[in-house]
Amino acid sequence: MYVAVKGGEAAIANAHRLLAARRRGDANVPGLTLEQIAGQLSLAVDRVMGEGSLYDPELAALAIKQARGDLIEAVFLLRAYRTTLPRFGHSEPMDTGRMVVERRISAIYKDLPGGQLLGPTFDYTHRLLDPELAGDAPVDAPETGEDANERVVRVSDILGDEGLIEDDPLADASRPVADITRTPTEYPMDRDARLQTLARGDEGFLLALAYSTQRGYARSHPFVGEIRIGEVDVEVMIPELGFTVAIGRVKLTECQMVNQFQGSAKAPPQFTRGYGLVFGHAERKAMAMSLCDRALRASELGEDIVAPAQDEEFVLSHCDNVQATGFVEHLKLPHYVDFQAELDLVRRMRAEHFEAATKAADETAATDDTMEAAE
Amino acid sequence: MNALTQDTSSQNLASYNFAYLDEQTKRMIRRAILKGIAIPGYQVPFASREMPMPYGWGTGGVQVTAAIIGRDDVLKVIDQGADDTTNAVSIRAFFAKTAGVVTTTATPDATIIQTRHRIPETPLTEGQVLVYQVPIPEPLRFLEPRETETRKMHALEEYGLMHVKLYEDIARNGHIATTYAYPVKVEGRYVMDPSPTPKFDNPKMHRSETLQLFGAGREKRIYAIPPHTEVVSLDFEDHPFEIQHFDQPCAMCGAEQVYLDEVVLDDKGGRMFVCSDTHYCESRRADGHCGALLGDEPGLGAEANTRKEAM
Repeated sequence: MYVAVKGGEAAIANAHRLLAARRRGDANVPGLTLEQIAGQLSLAVDRVMGEGSLYDPELAALAIKQARGDLIEAVFLLRAYRTTLPRFGHSEPMDTGRMVVERRISAIYKDLPGGQLLGPTFDYTHRLLDPELAGDAPVDAPETGEDANERVVRVSDILGDEGLIEDDPLADASRPVADITRTPTEYPMDRDARLQTLARGDEGFLLALAYSTQRGYARSHPFVGEIRIGEVDVEVMIPELGFTVAIGRVKLTECQMVNQFQGSAKAPPQFTRGYGLVFGHAERKAMAMSLCDRALRASELGEDIVAPAQDEEFVLSHCDNVQATGFVEHLKLPHYVDFQAELDLVRRMRAEHFEAATKAADETAATDDTMEAAE
Repeated sequence: MNALTQDTSSQNLASYNFAYLDEQTKRMIRRAILKGIAIPGYQVPFASREMPMPYGWGTGGVQVTAAIIGRDDVLKVIDQGADDTTNAVSIRAFFAKTAGVVTTTATPDATIIQTRHRIPETPLTEGQVLVYQVPIPEPLRFLEPRETETRKMHALEEYGLMHVKLYEDIARNGHIATTYAYPVKVEGRYVMDPSPTPKFDNPKMHRSETLQLFGAGREKRIYAIPPHTEVVSLDFEDHPFEIQHFDQPCAMCGAEQVYLDEVVLDDKGGRMFVCSDTHYCESRRADGHCGALLGDEPGLGAEANTRKEAM
């Protein structure tokens, strides 16, 4: 006997209670602290801060804990919190040239002012599982050296001196900075809004698109001009004071991709830039972002648009993983009203199909009979 | 809807404004709604916010409701016509918690009805507002994926592509094969997506006494049909628009000319059809109507649920 389903509220409450227990796991094992997550899973925290577009390691760690390590869910938690915060204004443009670098490499110059600084990188590690890490063996203190007091010049500035690379686009100070969290999306999108969108876009999606440009779908002959990771001051203009004040520091990863460019009717032959800037230590993301940014400059530079990575609407309207996961996962919500409509249609069309087939068969049979009779 | 007052209890850190959204955001959404009402069927871009529920789960509808709801409003939330589907329960609980408003399952008692995929069977009246959750607001999207193109097509009133699509349906299948999200023309101007309601519900939009608001959160669009607006389902003279018909009445309340859900009873092909609108079905049973399967049992679960949730 059919009884209309009641008790959705109880079911939801029980499901959430079970979720809380599953999240906690074995109660005999100590629970994770936020310090442990922020300190030992810092790259996960950085990714959540970047895609959640909120710089707060403690809240990101909390989100990761609450999301049971599901980073997209953690990004979502952080975004839903971020959106409730008041917006006070925006910072002055950050000068990454004055970054306190922890890592800085260039693939286009062997040596350069400021030097190559590997920093904490997985590069050149052999990916062999380390059984010792299962325990908590003490770790050697990092090597330190003297500060050479050499200014770490941005590689793009070195190239720029010779005019070999296009200038950084001049920002029109009278124009307000775009804010994709406060204005609806409009296409074509200006570069500030595009870079914001890419900066919080899904790492996996941007990585795949960046990869596609390397495999011939809008090839851009890229070189890593420079990757730098480190801390930069955030300065804001205080109108009452009439000067800027540093309100804190954020860790950033910046990638400047240098791309070959043949020149076009619009621009002389020179190297062009693809730019990536992400919160925290997020090298893969910054590199992917810079390749995507360069690919998306196709129309600006007068290049043919032939590949998905160059297609602004395709890339920018699908790179947000909070939007993507919501819409993909909403398919598990009930759709039985629409499905009923489709059932009705398919049944009708099948009936018509078989009716037509029977009729055709009868006609063939009838023709066969007449032919036999004629013979 | 009443004038809203700020409700900031700043004692604790995680305090939220009345109905979750801050007043600036609500003002921005109300502006979009007013523009939508002024240009019926036109999709107004708005700066949709991240909500504490996922995109695709009704964030557009929730933002519209949050922007218009006042303390004296009575809210009903349905999903698939039912008040008790999990997502409807969740959204109703959200507003009960963040706005402390009275919620109801009774269609006539509600001042705001938020819906996904259905329009209630009980005719709506003046003063009520129907808020639709919309996944893809652009009726032309599946014919032309680019927003830049579809906006141009709307601006130029270039809807030939849609008619070609419907014509091709007829050429291929003998009839129009769109059963839900069936496109309508609003006030003779904009072609509009009615959200994925079955086409059965399309005629209810036409000259409705109720203000109908549509919110698409992920796609950042709001649109509206003011009361008494012409809403015409697209069709051809020789293939007029028609709605679904069911061969049998509701097995629970015996209602005819309503939209029914098919319920699988066993693994031997047993099926029954019941009202998709749970409140309509319950109130009919309370009035003594009886369907084939209900037998002589007294109406169960018939009382409509109006209550004020504990904060």
